[in-house]
Amino acid sequence: MEMLKQGEIKMTQDSQTNVMVMEDDEVQRSAFRGLEAKNLHAWFGTHHVLSDVSLRFPERTVTGLIGPSGCGKSTFIRLLNRMHEFIPGAAMAGQVLQNGEDIYAPEVDAAAVRLKIGMVFQKPNPFPAMNIRENVLSGIKLAHLKVTDHDSIVENCLTRAGLWKEVKDRLNTTGGSLSGGQQQRLCIARSLAVEPSVLLMDEPCSALDPGSTLRIEETIKELAEKIAVVIVTHNMQQAARVSDFCAFFLTDGGPGYLVEAAPTKILFTNPSDSRTADYVQGKFG
Amino acid sequence: MGDVANTEIIPMPRELAVVYNRADRIFRRIVTSGALTSLILLGLIGIFLFVKSAQIFNDRGLSFITGSNWTAGSGDGVILDDFSIGPMLTGTILVSLIALIIAMPLSIGGALYIEFYAQPKIRKVLSTLLDLAAAIPSLIFGLWGVVIFTSFGERWSALLNSRFGWVPFIRVQNEIFGRSPFLAGCVLASLIIPIITSVSREVFSRTPRDLIDTCYALGSSRWGAIRTVVLPFGKSGVIGGAMLGLGRALGETVAVYLLLNIVFRYNFRILESEGGNIASLIATKFGEATEYELKALIAAGFVLFMLTLVVNMLAATIVTRSTVRK
Repeated sequence: MEMLKQGEIKMTQDSQTNVMVMEDDEVQRSAFRGLEAKNLHAWFGTHHVLSDVSLRFPERTVTGLIGPSGCGKSTFIRLLNRMHEFIPGAAMAGQVLQNGEDIYAPEVDAAAVRLKIGMVFQKPNPFPAMNIRENVLSGIKLAHLKVTDHDSIVENCLTRAGLWKEVKDRLNTTGGSLSGGQQQRLCIARSLAVEPSVLLMDEPCSALDPGSTLRIEETIKELAEKIAVVIVTHNMQQAARVSDFCAFFLTDGGPGYLVEAAPTKILFTNPSDSRTADYVQGKFG
Repeated sequence: MGDVANTEIIPMPRELAVVYNRADRIFRRIVTSGALTSLILLGLIGIFLFVKSAQIFNDRGLSFITGSNWTAGSGDGVILDDFSIGPMLTGTILVSLIALIIAMPLSIGGALYIEFYAQPKIRKVLSTLLDLAAAIPSLIFGLWGVVIFTSFGERWSALLNSRFGWVPFIRVQNEIFGRSPFLAGCVLASLIIPIITSVSREVFSRTPRDLIDTCYALGSSRWGAIRTVVLPFGKSGVIGGAMLGLGRALGETVAVYLLLNIVFRYNFRILESEGGNIASLIATKFGEATEYELKALIAAGFVLFMLTLVVNMLAATIVTRSTVRK
């Protein structure tokens, strides 16, 4: 698969600069920069919802996760930053590696993982009791990060989220006074303030109008100049517009699984699986 | 296009109204009468109390509320009737405030534990027990207070007095620590904790899940999420629960009757063994009251009624203010 090839190319490049012998599998894996899911499974209680998904998310790329409802896309990304475990009875198998390190290793602090792998949710949800500025800085406060220049963080994050010009004169008003699309960009700015290297987005535009959706998509492309973005979407055009790679999930009534993953152009024009072709052409789902 | 629109005649606007069908009309009447009944009952009680106590307020004016004497006259003019409820009014507020101050942190903490930290099984058992506890008659709490709690409470009081005796509210004149507003407040606190915890837990459980998840996704601890999202979200509900509890404490009769000596002297030293509240005063004096004394008791009831109304209105204002700010 193309995505894996991309990762492998990166690995060999890295290995040239590395003095260590590359025969060892562990060391090779550590050479992959980015986020990697290896043979991931997920359960709710005894209910097997996701089966054997392996995917790589290289740095500075946007990956779209598409597929019909209930195929485990959201569960999959919640596994990627250890949000899955908040559901009582949740279980998983497999590995999630960030820059080669297993985020589910026993000594790893889950809260620290979530700082590095941020998340934006379906519904825009600025903290209602806070103004715009406080919303942006909330993650820094919650994670007890030591920061000196708060103003520049606010400006920098809002700029990256494409919201600075619109709100710079009213940073002290509540997030609720913004439009839905602006609120979602505020949520993106809030996620950026703790400087994640991966941003997971669970259908971030499904509650927004087309104009706001386009603004968010521009924002996503700009974000990918620095970090990896993983976006779950039901909107195939959106996946085509915004993502570099695309992964197609499906369920046959049982647990969801990965059908194929490829560079977006190839997945949409020349997929290797006929089910992918049917889905991206809108024949089902 | 614009020219055409200008020459067009704009029709008269026709007002639109929702027309209810028969079933809706009947149902509407039923629910309206339900709502009206409680309002009318409240009004009637207020009017009854006011009318019956009008003479007292006429005779005594404000001194009925500020004075500190309750003497039934001998009827032959030797000893005159002298009724006023000052110490009982302050006693009511003092004991209720002590109860609320003790109950609030325990209730909020308990609600947070049940909702966010307890295992699902323990959560279920605890919330069932709480609802049961909320239904226990206050008499039982009063008996428990007298028979069992007082002996612990006296030791706590002595400790408080020895450590914080320099605080005016805590200093005592005689080192007798039984039957004090503090002990009554403690028992009232245990009486109102179940209801406040239950209401708080309910509102905490309605915090939008994605807001809590957002905190976690920002690297927050559970406590961080509670402080940032759950407490602000649940604030107005918790205040509502506190008002329910306070209402119960203000009107509490039997437990206070069992736990406090009614003494007609202003007392703000919470460890001193004297006090009383309006409700227990009424219960104590009601049986052998003369006609005029009865009116004074009803007047005391009217004051209590107004007190709870004012407290509830204050609470409602606090709640609306805190929600408007969002």
